[in-house]
Amino acid sequence: MPTKIEKDSVTGTQTTGHDWDGVKELNTPLPTWWIYVFYATIVWSAGYVIVYPAIPWFTGHTSGISGYTARGEVGKDVAAARAAQGQWRAKIEQSSLEEIAKNPDLRSFALAGGRAAFADNCAPCHGTGGAGGKGYPNLNDDDWLWGGSLKEINTTLQHGVRADHAKTRTSEMPRFGVDGMLKREQIDDVAEYVLSLSGKSGDKAAAERGQPLYADNCVACHGEKGEGNRELGAPRLDDQIWLYGGDKGSVAQTIHAARGGVMPAWGGRLDDVTLKQLSVYVHSLGGGQ
Amino acid sequence: MTLIETRPEAPQDEVPPLYANRVKVYPKAVGGPFRWLKWAVLSLCLAVYYLAPWLRWDRGPGHPDQALLIDMPARRAYFLWIEIWPQEVYYLTGLLILGAIGLFLVTSLLGRVWCGYACPQTVWTDLFMWVERLIEGDRNARIRLDKEPLTAGKLGRKALKHALWLAIAALTGGAWVMYFNDAPTLARDLVALDVSTGVLFFAGLFTFSTYLLAGWAREQVCTYMCPWPRFQAAMFDRDTLIVTYEAWRGEPRGKHRKDAAAQSLGDCVDCGQCHQVCPTGIDIRDGQQLECIGCALCIDACNAVMKKVGLPPNLIAYDTTANQEARARGGAVQWRPVRPRTMIYAALLLIVGAVMLVALGLRSTLDINILRDRNPLFVTLSDGSIRNGYTIKILNKARAERSFTLTAQGLPAGEMQVAGREGWGGPAQLTVKPDTVGTFRVFLRAPRASLKGDSLPIGFALQETATGETAQHASVFVGPDR
Repeated sequence: MPTKIEKDSVTGTQTTGHDWDGVKELNTPLPTWWIYVFYATIVWSAGYVIVYPAIPWFTGHTSGISGYTARGEVGKDVAAARAAQGQWRAKIEQSSLEEIAKNPDLRSFALAGGRAAFADNCAPCHGTGGAGGKGYPNLNDDDWLWGGSLKEINTTLQHGVRADHAKTRTSEMPRFGVDGMLKREQIDDVAEYVLSLSGKSGDKAAAERGQPLYADNCVACHGEKGEGNRELGAPRLDDQIWLYGGDKGSVAQTIHAARGGVMPAWGGRLDDVTLKQLSVYVHSLGGGQ
Repeated sequence: MTLIETRPEAPQDEVPPLYANRVKVYPKAVGGPFRWLKWAVLSLCLAVYYLAPWLRWDRGPGHPDQALLIDMPARRAYFLWIEIWPQEVYYLTGLLILGAIGLFLVTSLLGRVWCGYACPQTVWTDLFMWVERLIEGDRNARIRLDKEPLTAGKLGRKALKHALWLAIAALTGGAWVMYFNDAPTLARDLVALDVSTGVLFFAGLFTFSTYLLAGWAREQVCTYMCPWPRFQAAMFDRDTLIVTYEAWRGEPRGKHRKDAAAQSLGDCVDCGQCHQVCPTGIDIRDGQQLECIGCALCIDACNAVMKKVGLPPNLIAYDTTANQEARARGGAVQWRPVRPRTMIYAALLLIVGAVMLVALGLRSTLDINILRDRNPLFVTLSDGSIRNGYTIKILNKARAERSFTLTAQGLPAGEMQVAGREGWGGPAQLTVKPDTVGTFRVFLRAPRASLKGDSLPIGFALQETATGETAQHASVFVGPDR
C-alpha cells in the first residue's frame, strides 16, 4: 500500500509512496508519445488478428480474412521461379544434349540448374564437389565406369546402376574368394598381377604366377591388359584411379568378395529437363568426354 | 553502517528543474555584410545540391550520361570522367576524410563557419525561416500571430507556410534520389509516382526529415542533436576566430540618455537586437556558448545600431580570445593563423589529398582475381597426373571489349585447359565484354612428379593482346599428401 506519496524537489515528480529502508522510487509517468505508440500497437494487433492467421484454436487456428499462409507464399515463389524459367526449360526440353552444351546461354542455364540439382540429389553420395569417396565414383576425373559422354552420363542418370529399373545398368563380378573359385594364395597373386598392370612395382614372382589366373578369370570383363569394359561397367585396372582403394589389401578384398556399387535411377524421380541439366553439369566437371 | 555519504536534500528553491520546456525562437530579420554572405553561401550550396544531378557527361552508348551518379543496381559510381567500382569505395572514403580534415582546419582557423554558413541544417532552417517571414511577417508579427486565437486567416497563413515548407522538402527529397538515378527520367517518374518502393521510401524519408528538422526542430538540432558543437572545445584554441562580445568595452550596459557621458555606461545600449536576431535564441553577451553557431547576424544587428547611435562598431565581432584580452589591456593585436595546430591540419590535408590523387592516377583498368577450387582440392587423373581447377575473374574496367592471353607460370610440365574448350596446351585466349567481370573456369594439369611436396606456389599472368597491359595473381597448385 502506498503510504506517503511525496513530491521530489529536484525533478518535480511524485514518488510511488513506498519506502524501503529509506529508499524511495520516483513514479515518473510514461512518456506521452510512448503511450500513444502503445495504443497504436493495440489497434494494429486488432487489425492483424482479423486479417492474418493469429489464434491457435482447437482444431487448427484462425485463418484470417486474407487467407495468407507462409506455405502459400513459398508455393507462389516457386511457381514464379518456374514461370520465369519457363522459356529456358522449354528450350532445354527441345534441344539435344550437344546443342545445349554448345550454346553459351543454354549451357550456363543448364550448369546453374545442374549445380543446384546436384547439391540436392547427388552430393550425398558423390560429394558436394563431386569427388566422391571409397565406393562412390569421382565425377571430376576422366575415368568412367559406364562412359563419360553426354549421352552415356544421361543414360546412367536415367536408369541408375543396379537399381530398381527395367533398363538399369548392371553387371555382376564373381566373388572369387567367397564362392571358393580361387584360393587365398591365388587371390594374392592375381592382386599382385593387377597392381603390376598399372605400373605399381611389387612382388614380381607373385605377379608372374598371377598372370595365367588373370587370363582365365578376369580377361572376359576387364580386358587383356586391364583396359576395362564400359558396357559391363568393368573398371580399368591399368590406370591410377581406384574406386575401392589401390593398395594390395583392397584389391585382394575386391577379388575375394567382389564389388557392385548401386546408384538410384533418377528417371521418374527427376524430370527430363533436370536430368539434361545434370548431364551437362557432370560432363563439365572436367572429365567429360 | 553505510559507507556511502548521503547528501542532505537541497532546499527546494535553490535547485533548478532538470527539464526545461522549449522556448520558441522568433529571429528578427537583419541586414548587413554577414547576412549577405550567408545568403551567398546558401544560394551556392542549394544551387549545387539541386542542380548537380542534372549535369550531363557523355560516356558513350549503353552508359549513363549523368555527371554525378551512384548507380546502386549496376554497382558503379560516376563523377565526371571518373568511374569507380564497388571495391574502390575507398575513393569516397578518402573524400570524406579530406572533408573532415578540411573542416577541422577551417574550424581551427575561423571558428564555427561551417555551423553558421554552410551546414545543411543552417541552410535549410534559414530558408524555411525566410519563407516563414514572408508569410507570417517579421518577429513581432509572428509573436502576435501565435498568441492570437485560431481564425480563418491564421489557419490560412499557417497552412500556406507548411505547404511551402513541404514543397521545398519534397524538392529536397527528390533531389537526393536523383543522385542515385538518372535525373530527367526520375523527375518524370516521380511526378507520376511511377517509381520503385526504394526510391519512394528515400525521397519520402528526406522530405519528412527536411520538413521536421528545418521546420520544427531548427535550433534544437544544433543544441541537442548535433555532435559538432560539442567537439568545438577540441578544435578551438586562443587564436581561433569566434563571435565575441567585447564585454570590457560594452559593460556596464544600459540605455544611453542624451547626457550619456555622465552615465559612465559601457558602449552596449542594451537594445536587445543581438538577442532578437539570433537564430538559436541566445544572448551573445553571456559569452561564448555551445548554442552560438557563429552566424554573425548579431554582428550585423549591433553594428547597425552602433552606427545609428554614433558609437564605435564591432562591439560584437569576429575576434580571437587572445586578441580580446590584448584589446582589453590596450595592447597590440595580432591574428596568428600559422600555428602548430593549423599547420598539422594543413599538412594532413595535403598528404591525404596527395595520396588520393596518386591513387586515382595509378588506377588501372585491368585486374585479375583467381579463386582456386576448394572442393575438391585436386583431382587425380587416369594417367596419375594431378589436375587443379581455378575460376579466373578478369575485371575489365574499360568501356571496350578486350582480349587477353592467360599464362600459368611456375608449374613444371604444366598444361592449361579452359573449361568448355577442347584440348590441353599453353596460354589461353580470353575475351571480356566492356565494363564487366569476365568469369572463366580453367584447369591446370601436371604430372605427379612435378610436385615435390603437396603444394607448389604458381602464378597466373594476364596480358592484353592489343596494348600489352599486364596483371598478375599468385596462386597454388595442390596435390596429394606425400
